[in-house]
Amino acid sequence: MIEIQNLTKEFGPLRVVDSITFTVKKGEVLGFLGPNGAGKSTTMKMLTGFLTPTAGTARICGHDVEKEPMAAKRKLGYLPEGAPAYTDMTPAAYLDFIADIRGLTGDKKAARIAAVVKEVHLDQVLHQPIETLSKGFKRRVGLAQAILHDPEVLVLDEPTDGLDPNQKFEVRQLIRSMAQSKAIVLSTHILEEVEAVCTRAIIIANGKVLFDGTPEALAQRGPLDEVFRKITTGDRIAS
Amino acid sequence: MHNVWILAKRELAGYFATPVAYVFLFFYLALMGFLTFYVTGYYERGVADLQPFFALHPWLYMFLIPAISMRLWAEERKSGTIELLMTLPISMSQAVMGKFLAAWLFSGIALVLTFPMWLTVNYLGKPDNGVILASYIGSFLLAGGYLALGSFLSAVTKNQVIAFVLTFVAGLLLVLAGTPLVLEFARQFAPDVFVDSLRSFSFLTHMNSIGSGVIEVRSLAFFGSLIAACLAACVVTLDLKKAS
Repeated sequence: MIEIQNLTKEFGPLRVVDSITFTVKKGEVLGFLGPNGAGKSTTMKMLTGFLTPTAGTARICGHDVEKEPMAAKRKLGYLPEGAPAYTDMTPAAYLDFIADIRGLTGDKKAARIAAVVKEVHLDQVLHQPIETLSKGFKRRVGLAQAILHDPEVLVLDEPTDGLDPNQKFEVRQLIRSMAQSKAIVLSTHILEEVEAVCTRAIIIANGKVLFDGTPEALAQRGPLDEVFRKITTGDRIAS
Repeated sequence: MHNVWILAKRELAGYFATPVAYVFLFFYLALMGFLTFYVTGYYERGVADLQPFFALHPWLYMFLIPAISMRLWAEERKSGTIELLMTLPISMSQAVMGKFLAAWLFSGIALVLTFPMWLTVNYLGKPDNGVILASYIGSFLLAGGYLALGSFLSAVTKNQVIAFVLTFVAGLLLVLAGTPLVLEFARQFAPDVFVDSLRSFSFLTHMNSIGSGVIEVRSLAFFGSLIAACLAACVVTLDLKKAS
């Protein structure tokens, strides 16, 4: 459902993403790993159509994000880095707005809002302005916004960043529970997260894919931290 | 069109969710009232009309409108919500129109709230209400022109203060282009065609003709094309700068 082909992004002379190719099928949860500045967020921004790639294509459910942006965006739920939101709104008003833009109406809209509020536990803060909420709640508002229309493709940029261990556990459980019916890409630099929720891991550094396989295959090479360090710094020495 | 309206509604609600709207409306109305009655010599004129009131608008809008428009896109870019907005199923031009429309409606609300002026002048005498209506429409068009300009300049920068100053200066130039000072100066070295087109680019020229009670097609075309051109420039600018 996600097809990325030779995706490349250059900012001036800097090549941030270097010809990345991968696909994600329904039922897969792809963990996107890499050191800071590796190109994770840039790749996600191109996949979601926010950034125009220098070269290559990204497709969501068969729709090219550059050529058919509307069709692609309808199939997509996205949590951008840092979970931006209109912070002067309350979560209730905010989700209502997102539902309107997503074309949800009437009973379906009310039912979906009620469902996501329950799933990410927003009920106690539903009528407080988002700017007054804790980091954890803000992240959950972002998550609720992303899954509101029950999208086929879900792209989450650091979904558990800033959450406490209990909240992390809940979000991971939520992701696992949705995995069956969706194609999910999430970026993280928490290595255990990959083992906990992902069916597949991709490690990138300096804009290149250095590893693509199951978390088990990754774990077989030794302790995760060491493997990660070896893969990501090995390339830097080589290049 | 549906998306434009959904976004406009959210924006408009956003103005009233914070003190921004109330602070703005208070100072807008206070300034309008104070300047009209105490500075323009309204009572001394002994004429029951709103001409001095409307003559203030191009000058007051010069700094009141940038106060609304500066945040339109600068804030969206700074807080990162532009990434959210642009990955929702809404096109860039729909987003630009939605936000502009909300700001324009808000300026319209402010303008409507000056109705006590109209009541006052009708109490004091028998003004030509046709002229007053035309002037209100003209003032609303003027606000639209300023806002479209401000919307574009707000997309140029992430910094609201810079957006404010840019819009203020651009507005100043557009107003001054029609003053005798600038026109006489230009006439000394420029051909008449240039002076005339300079005059026709000025907010003042169009406001003066509307102030006489006639909304000319020329003025409608001027404000219409100014708004369209600025919003188009806004879309192009955002496409280039949204991610930076």
